Amino acid sequence: MTQLALVIDLNVCVGCHACVTSCKEWNTSGWAGPLTDHRPYDKDPTGTFFNRVQTFEVGEFPKTETVHFPKSCLHCEEPPCVPVCPTGASYKRKDNGVVLVDYDKCIGCKYCSWACPYGMRELDEYQKVMKKCTLCIDRIANDALPEVERKPACVLACPTSARLFGDVHDPDSEVSMAIREQGGYQLMPEWGTKPANHYLPRRKTRIQIFEDELERADNPLRKEAPLPAAEGETLDDVSF
Amino acid sequence: MLDPMDYNDQDMGRVEVKNTTCYMCACRCGIRVTLRDGEVRYIEGNPDHPLNKGVICAKGASGIMKQYSPARLTKPLLRKADAGRGESKFEEISWDRAFEIMEERLGKIRKTDPKQFALFTGRDQMQALTGLFAKQFGTPNYAAHGGFCSVNMAAGLIYTIGGSFWEFGGPDLERAKLFVMIGTAEDHHSNPMKVELSKFKRRGGRFISINPIRTGYSAIADEWVPIKPGTDGALILAIIRELIQQGLFDREFLVRYSNAAELVINDPEREDHGLFKRVEKPVEEGCFDPQNKLWWDRDLNAAVGTHTPGCDPRLLGEFELEDGTPVKPSFQLLKERVENYTPEWAEDITGIPAETIRRLAHEMGITARDQTIELPIQWTDCWDNDHNTVKGNPVAFHAMRGLAAHSNGFHSIRALGILMTLLGTIDRPGGFRHKAPFPRPIPPCPKPPKGPEDVQPETPLNGMPLGWPADPNDLFVDEDGEAVRLDKAFSWEYPLSVHGLMHNAITNAWRGDPYKIDTLLIFMANMAWNSSMNTSKVRDMLTDRDENGEYKIPFLIVADAFQSETVAFADLVLPDTTYLERHDAMSMLDRPISEYDGPVDSVRIPVVPPRGECKPFQEVLIEMGGRLKLPAFVDEEGKRKFRDYPDFVVNFETSPGSGIGFLAGWRGKGGEKFLKGEPNPRQWEMYAQNNCVFHYKLPRSYQYMRNWNKGYLEWARAHAMTRYAEPITVHLYSEVLQKFRLAAQGKRPGKQPPERLRKRVEMYFDPLPFYHETLESRLIDTHAYPLNALTQRPMAMYHSWDSQNAWLRQIHTHNYLFVNPRLGKANGFHDGDWIWVESPHGKVRCMARFSNAVEPGTVWTWNAIGKAAGAWGLTPKANESQKGFLLNHLISEELPACEAGEHMSNSDPVTGQAAWFDVRVKVYKAGANEPEMTSPQFAPQRGLPGQQLRKGRWQAFFAGVFRKKAGISK
Repeated sequence: MTQLALVIDLNVCVGCHACVTSCKEWNTSGWAGPLTDHRPYDKDPTGTFFNRVQTFEVGEFPKTETVHFPKSCLHCEEPPCVPVCPTGASYKRKDNGVVLVDYDKCIGCKYCSWACPYGMRELDEYQKVMKKCTLCIDRIANDALPEVERKPACVLACPTSARLFGDVHDPDSEVSMAIREQGGYQLMPEWGTKPANHYLPRRKTRIQIFEDELERADNPLRKEAPLPAAEGETLDDVSF
Repeated sequence: MLDPMDYNDQDMGRVEVKNTTCYMCACRCGIRVTLRDGEVRYIEGNPDHPLNKGVICAKGASGIMKQYSPARLTKPLLRKADAGRGESKFEEISWDRAFEIMEERLGKIRKTDPKQFALFTGRDQMQALTGLFAKQFGTPNYAAHGGFCSVNMAAGLIYTIGGSFWEFGGPDLERAKLFVMIGTAEDHHSNPMKVELSKFKRRGGRFISINPIRTGYSAIADEWVPIKPGTDGALILAIIRELIQQGLFDREFLVRYSNAAELVINDPEREDHGLFKRVEKPVEEGCFDPQNKLWWDRDLNAAVGTHTPGCDPRLLGEFELEDGTPVKPSFQLLKERVENYTPEWAEDITGIPAETIRRLAHEMGITARDQTIELPIQWTDCWDNDHNTVKGNPVAFHAMRGLAAHSNGFHSIRALGILMTLLGTIDRPGGFRHKAPFPRPIPPCPKPPKGPEDVQPETPLNGMPLGWPADPNDLFVDEDGEAVRLDKAFSWEYPLSVHGLMHNAITNAWRGDPYKIDTLLIFMANMAWNSSMNTSKVRDMLTDRDENGEYKIPFLIVADAFQSETVAFADLVLPDTTYLERHDAMSMLDRPISEYDGPVDSVRIPVVPPRGECKPFQEVLIEMGGRLKLPAFVDEEGKRKFRDYPDFVVNFETSPGSGIGFLAGWRGKGGEKFLKGEPNPRQWEMYAQNNCVFHYKLPRSYQYMRNWNKGYLEWARAHAMTRYAEPITVHLYSEVLQKFRLAAQGKRPGKQPPERLRKRVEMYFDPLPFYHETLESRLIDTHAYPLNALTQRPMAMYHSWDSQNAWLRQIHTHNYLFVNPRLGKANGFHDGDWIWVESPHGKVRCMARFSNAVEPGTVWTWNAIGKAAGAWGLTPKANESQKGFLLNHLISEELPACEAGEHMSNSDPVTGQAAWFDVRVKVYKAGANEPEMTSPQFAPQRGLPGQQLRKGRWQAFFAGVFRKKAGISK
């Protein structure tokens, strides 16, 4: 069975929020739209986003890491949000594993958001229905788009290509290879939700310098050394 | 609900797709805009565009909310006769009336004293046109925002290596192995930088970030080296010392391609001390840097002409010429200069351990030496030596405002240019790469006017409003050596202020020093807020009146697309269009978007019609050029020459028949030529058919070593990109600076500095970089104000533009002052507390946020977020004004009175770069009874006629009229 998912590479994410707003602009006018905003030009604006970036720090100065952490629905293989839904609005697609909400069936009871251990669901306070990442279902399954564009908007937008998209059940896919080769991990696997989305960890490159690398035969300073002084008598002048 | 498999976006409403160029920041990415029923449905990166290759950033993807922003101006407005400035009381007027007002006023000024009209612009991307208009009008009082932004970066590197970062060049991350980023948060060239940075990391490159703060790009650095602000010069000079001490420099590169081996006259008693010894040799007239200098041949033990075949010159030593002149190679002088700049010395200044400084030097030097790249590309140098390969040392740098926005920035950046040269990385694979039209001669050829006589009524300015002085006689000063320009650019106060000093224009005009002006036209610059230092007082200056009750700056015209803080102070408001509504040219005459492999320029083509009565500012200039009969804009009979801006772009030539115009692509009658060629009536069409971009890829043999690449330089001259094909030798030692110093010492005929400035010019025009404490720190009590305060721009916002954007303002609704927890605890406050930040010039109340990603001597905040109440289409209760704040209130545009003058600009003494990162502050907890609101506050701005303020609590944007019958959901 196909399980579409995102693999997010924290090693290159610079926290630019391109994924956040490209998601919003595609989806607000798409199948899952609108993504409503509350008090858009007033005090304390809030609104529906399918994707957000959290930034946090690890360690104490000067050994500080700043981590940008994009978060969206993880499209769990065992999604706890689905069985709790009293109306069947929350469902997981059989054909590609994407978890979706049918707004017409949703009554805004929020059971699903309580059940989700990742806090990935947001109630649209205007329409009173639950909304969440669809992996841009209206792009990825749209045959009218060129194949290279049948990807979530966030994946196409991401300037650092930190967001990989594909079938995590296909061992030869780009995402499966990345997970396998680069230590891809799931969030809170102990909950047994089997999140389809994975994250790739930070990796560090260091340079090892050995002392003998500093001095080389071709050191250019040798060319600049003054000639040893040659003043006064030499043996040529005094010995037989 | 409709099954998503049955939904097809393309079937919904009337769908159109158009290409243009983004303008949500200065990157200028290619975008593809999808319209639904004429409304913007989706903006995505254009995959066929060379700059962004399909990606887009948070700002670019939020363009819809800018297009439909409630801050948009839609009508020309005139301040009501009975209303004061700053009260936002306007009446709607017609464009005809607006043009009449301007024609009458500016016409009178041009007939009498053209310098009474000043034009200052923000990040407008149309300096080729605004500069042309100013020159044609005849006023020298023109500049864009470069002096406020990053002129130190441009001047420091262009006066050293003939090119600079961002539009003019950058790091070759494709082939670099080690990348060192200094003083860069993000912003400039952000999408291409992000694209390359991630590829670089994935290839296993090592990324070091040197910055007081760890955010943005620095977050993914392999190593973060926190540094105290304003001390980068000390760090770089210590690294240079270590590289020289260890012999970790590219000797061959230095000898052949820089002036390291050239002999400098070394006799302080002589009038020509510190100049290169030159020999009689025929040189092309006007060429500034001819090949008539000397090397010291190690075998002959005598001076010979530079680049004498077979000669291997001495880099170190002191010698005597046949005529008895004592000389030293400039590398010897550099070595002597850095002698005392030990890593231990730098540790005390920068806060970086000496051991780390040594290691950084070793990593750079060893990577450059041992991981060389050799590409199988043939090329010929300027001395006719054929090379079978292009070599590179894979250490790349990028730097921006962290170095630039300090009063010692010019020399820090000169030092960086020298460091890059020592490592042998200039225009080589894996190092720094130029972008056309750079490299240019050091300095480039255009020159400012020379004196008051160059400003005459009804006459275009004699000289360029902005140019590149090569010696003191290029300064724009009167008989007393004092400034002719309002902002005092190109005077002895800031001789190499190649981008002007916009940050002093209002203060100088208000004070009447050097003179009063009549009309100030501000385009797209928020001078009453974040584009001014000392913001509160600048706002007062705009409303200040003289003894007759007249405004001290009599007439203020503001052209902008949005209700900025500055619009409130205007007498006349001209509503500009958004980027989706107009034509634009990212011109080779301004700052194009060239790639390393060749020149690139691009255009904007409207994708939606202008809203209301918005008019592109370019059309305003073309119309005014016609009405005022400025020569470039009218025909021989004095009639308007260009129908509109697109017509101007196609048909304007820099001089009749020059073949050089605003766009480089598809020139010639049928579009068969590029860079130079006759106007092509179908040029816009051809850009439209080609993703709005023209990209010429140079032959591989012209892509590297361009400073000294004979083929390239001759090609560049043939295609009108440069006047000379002489090699552009790196100025390790700057004779240009020494000439100013000699003048200050009274050793040079010609223009002389006023007495009060002699010492200053002598000190700062040092031909070799040196470290000095920032100017303000030397004039204030740094014990009372122990901290440095910085601002950075968040990746999701640009200038002041994006608080009006309903999506982006949810990412950054208000800003905090970030402080290291140690500092907070030492000053008795906690995370989230209200605190005061106080400088010698003012104080701001704001909220503290603890962060371990900032060095403890620095506090910082995001700029771009804090707003004045009621501005930008936001309600007066919006967080941006109630919890957000602007640090500029704490930064002075002028220095405390000192020997050099009572009102010297708070700027770099060489370039006039605004030193806004020099500000010193202290922090303390706000009183328990104080309101939980930022201070200062200003009376809320009113909405303007024609502005559609949103009253509703909800916004559910769904593009197109089709929304009502979409049928997706019940």
